[in-house]
Amino acid sequence: MSLVARHLEANGLPTVVIGSGRDIVEYCGVPRFVFTDIPLGNPVGPPWRRDIQRAVVELALDTLATAERPRMTVVAPVSWDDPAWRGRYGRVDPAERERLLQLGRERRQRADERKARAASTSTEA
Amino acid sequence: MTTIDVDRPVPYMERTRRYYRALGYEQDYVWATFADVPFTRLAKPLGATRIGLVTTASPLDRSNHDASGTRHVWSGSVAPPPQSLFTDNLAWDKDSTHTRDRESFLPIETMTALAREGRLGGLASHFHGVPTEYSHRKTLAEDAPQVLARLRDDGADAAILCAL
Repeated sequence: MSLVARHLEANGLPTVVIGSGRDIVEYCGVPRFVFTDIPLGNPVGPPWRRDIQRAVVELALDTLATAERPRMTVVAPVSWDDPAWRGRYGRVDPAERERLLQLGRERRQRADERKARAASTSTEA
Repeated sequence: MTTIDVDRPVPYMERTRRYYRALGYEQDYVWATFADVPFTRLAKPLGATRIGLVTTASPLDRSNHDASGTRHVWSGSVAPPPQSLFTDNLAWDKDSTHTRDRESFLPIETMTALAREGRLGGLASHFHGVPTEYSHRKTLAEDAPQVLARLRDDGADAAILCAL
């Protein structure tokens, strides 16, 4: 998504990214970024919280209009009820070592099959 | 036992690296990074600016996937907005939250209301879906130019990109 924002901006279309993965977005470097520090999946605000979602969108509009330079990050005043959320995403439980390795093998096999299908599709074309 | 800092943003790049190593991948994913960042000022006041929305979600019928399973840029109408979108294939925190409220990741109704109130010049008539790709090359060479062309077709002056 950050790459798309950069491309639009480089071609004269101002952008603002709303997202919850601060390190990834800032590592790439985007013109304007509204950061919502809540679990990945609801960048605009917690589900069904129209009041918070509206405040985040208004912040994005303000950022779009007022930013004077690139790499502008604005932290939205949003929080998540359950403080344990920060530990969950992508956790690796040592007790699940074998299950994760098996999951990885299945993913690689599916990716190989997809590549083979794509190659045969482009050959037919 | 890992200590979780309650205030610091989650280090997603480090978490992702550790997770994929646990899955048996030998090479770490290489995230894009740039020294320079492009910047364009808004050409008109916000109240006269037409804005397009961009998402990483897919349509429920997954018609943005071709026969090989590759995803492509797609567009949907904002009026009426889609009830829900397909997000199961994306990397988000499925243990902590859900994506049943489409407004929580693609705020069409909120933007429509703000446009009606005059906060922006208007919401572009389509939103656009962009695939999250392993390949930076596909995003830069194919998908990003497609999104730009579609935004321009809709008369959008600016874009809000909501990344799940």
